[in-house]
Amino acid sequence: MTITFRADRREFLRISAIAGGGLLLGTYLEGATAVEAFAATRTPGAADFAPNAFIRMTPDGIVTIVNKNPEIGQGVKNMLPMLIAEELDVEWKNVRVVQADLDTTKFQNQSAGGSTATPINWLPMRRVGAAGRAVLVAAAAETWGVPASECTTSAGSVMHRGSNRKAAYTELLAKAATLTAPALESVTLKDPKDFTIIGKSTKGVDVPAIVTGKPIFGMDVSVPGMLYAVYHKCPVFGGKATAANLDEIKALPGVKHAFIIEGTTTPEGKPNLAGLVGGVAIVADTWWTAQSARKSLKVTWNEGATATQSSKGFQAQADAFAAGAPQRNLRKDGDADAALAAAGVKTVKAAYFYPFINHAPLEPQNATAHWKDGKMEIWCPSQTPQGGRGLVSRTLSIPEDAITVHLTRMGGGFGRRLYNEPMVEAAAIAKEVGVPVKLVWSREDDMRYDQYRAAGWHYFTGGVDGSGKLVAWRDHFVSFGEGDRFAPSAGMGGGDFPARFVQNFSLDTSVMPTGVPTGALRAPGSNGIAFAVQSFIDEMAEAAGKDPLQFRIDLLSNQVVADPAPAAGQQGPPPGLDGKRMIGVLELVREKSGWGKPLPKGTGMGVAFHFSHRGHFAEVVQATVAKDGELRIDRVWVAGDIGSMIINPSNAENQTQGAVLDGIAEALGQEITIENGRAVQSNFNNFPLIRLKESPPVEVHFKITEFAPTGLGEPSLPPVVPALCSAIKQATGKRVRTLPLSKHDLSWKA
Amino acid sequence: MKVSFKVNGKPATVDVAADMPLLWILRDVLDLKGTKYGCGIAQCGACTVHVKGVATKSCQLPASRLAGADVTTIEGLTPDGGHALQQAWIEYDVPQCGYCQAGQLMSAAALLSRKPKPTDADIDTAMNGNLCRCGTYNRIRSAIHRAAGNTTTDAAPAGRSGE
Repeated sequence: MTITFRADRREFLRISAIAGGGLLLGTYLEGATAVEAFAATRTPGAADFAPNAFIRMTPDGIVTIVNKNPEIGQGVKNMLPMLIAEELDVEWKNVRVVQADLDTTKFQNQSAGGSTATPINWLPMRRVGAAGRAVLVAAAAETWGVPASECTTSAGSVMHRGSNRKAAYTELLAKAATLTAPALESVTLKDPKDFTIIGKSTKGVDVPAIVTGKPIFGMDVSVPGMLYAVYHKCPVFGGKATAANLDEIKALPGVKHAFIIEGTTTPEGKPNLAGLVGGVAIVADTWWTAQSARKSLKVTWNEGATATQSSKGFQAQADAFAAGAPQRNLRKDGDADAALAAAGVKTVKAAYFYPFINHAPLEPQNATAHWKDGKMEIWCPSQTPQGGRGLVSRTLSIPEDAITVHLTRMGGGFGRRLYNEPMVEAAAIAKEVGVPVKLVWSREDDMRYDQYRAAGWHYFTGGVDGSGKLVAWRDHFVSFGEGDRFAPSAGMGGGDFPARFVQNFSLDTSVMPTGVPTGALRAPGSNGIAFAVQSFIDEMAEAAGKDPLQFRIDLLSNQVVADPAPAAGQQGPPPGLDGKRMIGVLELVREKSGWGKPLPKGTGMGVAFHFSHRGHFAEVVQATVAKDGELRIDRVWVAGDIGSMIINPSNAENQTQGAVLDGIAEALGQEITIENGRAVQSNFNNFPLIRLKESPPVEVHFKITEFAPTGLGEPSLPPVVPALCSAIKQATGKRVRTLPLSKHDLSWKA
Repeated sequence: MKVSFKVNGKPATVDVAADMPLLWILRDVLDLKGTKYGCGIAQCGACTVHVKGVATKSCQLPASRLAGADVTTIEGLTPDGGHALQQAWIEYDVPQCGYCQAGQLMSAAALLSRKPKPTDADIDTAMNGNLCRCGTYNRIRSAIHRAAGNTTTDAAPAGRSGE
């Protein structure tokens, strides 16, 4: 998933008064409609909730800050308001956070994906807060007749030391509302050493609502007069319903509507797997009624062109590719073939595989939609509401400005809700029935219709010289796609490690077409690639007779191929793995884990690192395998470098622990297999999530560096998978080259 | 069928299909949305409620077996969110997405009511039916110990700061 940064529209801050002496700081974006929209909000006396503003300050001292981004459990509903509150210089205990709806006239990048919220918003959100602070300072300075430059702020007050005066922001709101906001680019930001909120743990703003069961998720949306829907799709991805016993279904008690939706196709005439796919909608008085009606549903399907595809077939094709010449080269440095054939070079060959897996957020896919008087109103847990609105607009021929999208809290995202099939399905059903409709996918729907993490194969050959140095690396990466294009999130880039660190390097690829929808799962690409690459690095360390952690440090210490020169007009190369930063986290995790300490037989420690989403992470796993093969993960140590500041340490730890357990869950038992063009697994009984008793303690450490802060929801995941497999190797002597672990016999003899 | 039972101390009568699970009766008929749907096959525990104080997966309890049942949902665990577990969940900042946490709390509450000082092994057993897709298990364990007044836990403490 590529997240496009929309920095093309300038952002402005405007001030207005609210009844009762309050102050409103709103943003708007360049453009005529945006200015109009803002003007409409400047109505004097608009007393109450102001969802159009970033900041609303009232004389009772309460500061209401709007969170613009979707909350999927990543903690953005704390993080973004913390950035604003810090620079506004108010106390966090007085901050209330409200969730924005989708509004592209006021907000940029209202999305949750790619661990981008921190790098995108670190400066812009602080500037919004700082501009608000500047206005309050100006109000005090004018009132007191002193230069603004002599005034300071602290905890919601302005001070002037020279005249020993102090005013609470609440006393300055009316005056401030008459001033003009400074340009956002011009404001002065705090010195990080003066931070009182950023860098201090704040507790999740929705936690009190969560622990008392308040209806805050998409699943909980309730609209008066609402009906409930299920959408029954062909078990073969993209298949179409040609006929169904609709009259019989409509006659069932409680069923109000039943109809076939044709679905849309791509410009190439293929099913639009991330859009509106064909199926049968059943609308009823309760969801249970609609769901139960499926038992009586008989559909004639046109299963389409991919009904014969299977995981076995994909594997056979991959092996056939591996035996022949690759379709194309992605990167070549030096001459890997010659280096591998050179005298004194020890070569290792190995084939790695990781399967399709499902996102499985615990809140199943859902959306509520209401079509009335030519307008579509939607409530949807979506990571990309703007993309969803566009999809609904294109699919149903509704102008975007006639579509409202309300953002709900999400019961997990993990990339699943980057795709908006539930939103467009709910809208299509609602347009047909004309009353509010809530569409809920069953868990089985969710399991059998995902944008799955793509399976992948790596056929490696590597060589170490007599001194134990990695001198050659060849990876024939087999994936899905057509021609020169990888399937969504199924690709690999020429810059991926160990590129630049091995003199003779070749990354080649071959792709096969698939009817299985693929997409971005937390740390897309990386979550599989790190397993294969880091595991094979371990094999090379073994061939070299070196300690696997020191071998990695030695490798990273010696960048043998320079970073690419910046493209014309660009400032520099895209940020990639920085050897020094990665060595830093490897050293930290070595120290914290007590790497190298003696361990009993059957217990092993493994290490791995990975760079993704601007984050450098190294992780150590300690695991114990009983002689009968039973695996217990004892402990995990994480060292991460995400720059100069951990904005919310409590959440950073929680996210990192979660990412580690997520990676362990993927490794332990998760696999979607394909038979006859359809997913075999159906629910958590055959697609297991990790449970509490399987979950090790996860120790999280951050190395603070001088770089600008970046995100961590994703980059903390990939290293744990190969680190776990390496620990198993150390414990049992068995090298795991295919996932999941549940397919391996890990038993060993003393 | 018509069936009468008790929810959070109050009588309720609903007229639904005999096979309609308590989960959907709570959510879509009685508008108690705190109890969550996650799997429908008793694998995830998001739908956990108490029936006579016993942690029960409401997706597996049909209307036909509901007559006279005494049901407590997350909304009725306490009148004000003051249960020691709810407080510990806040103190330890346990949730990420939060979707599973009502079920986690109901299972943990049933555990503490029958075993006020649980061991790690007790927690492993009692919480085995509740999945947390975000992986907040380290903090769930810590928070249960905290609510129980236990002083030792292996889980990493909440809110570790950078170094």
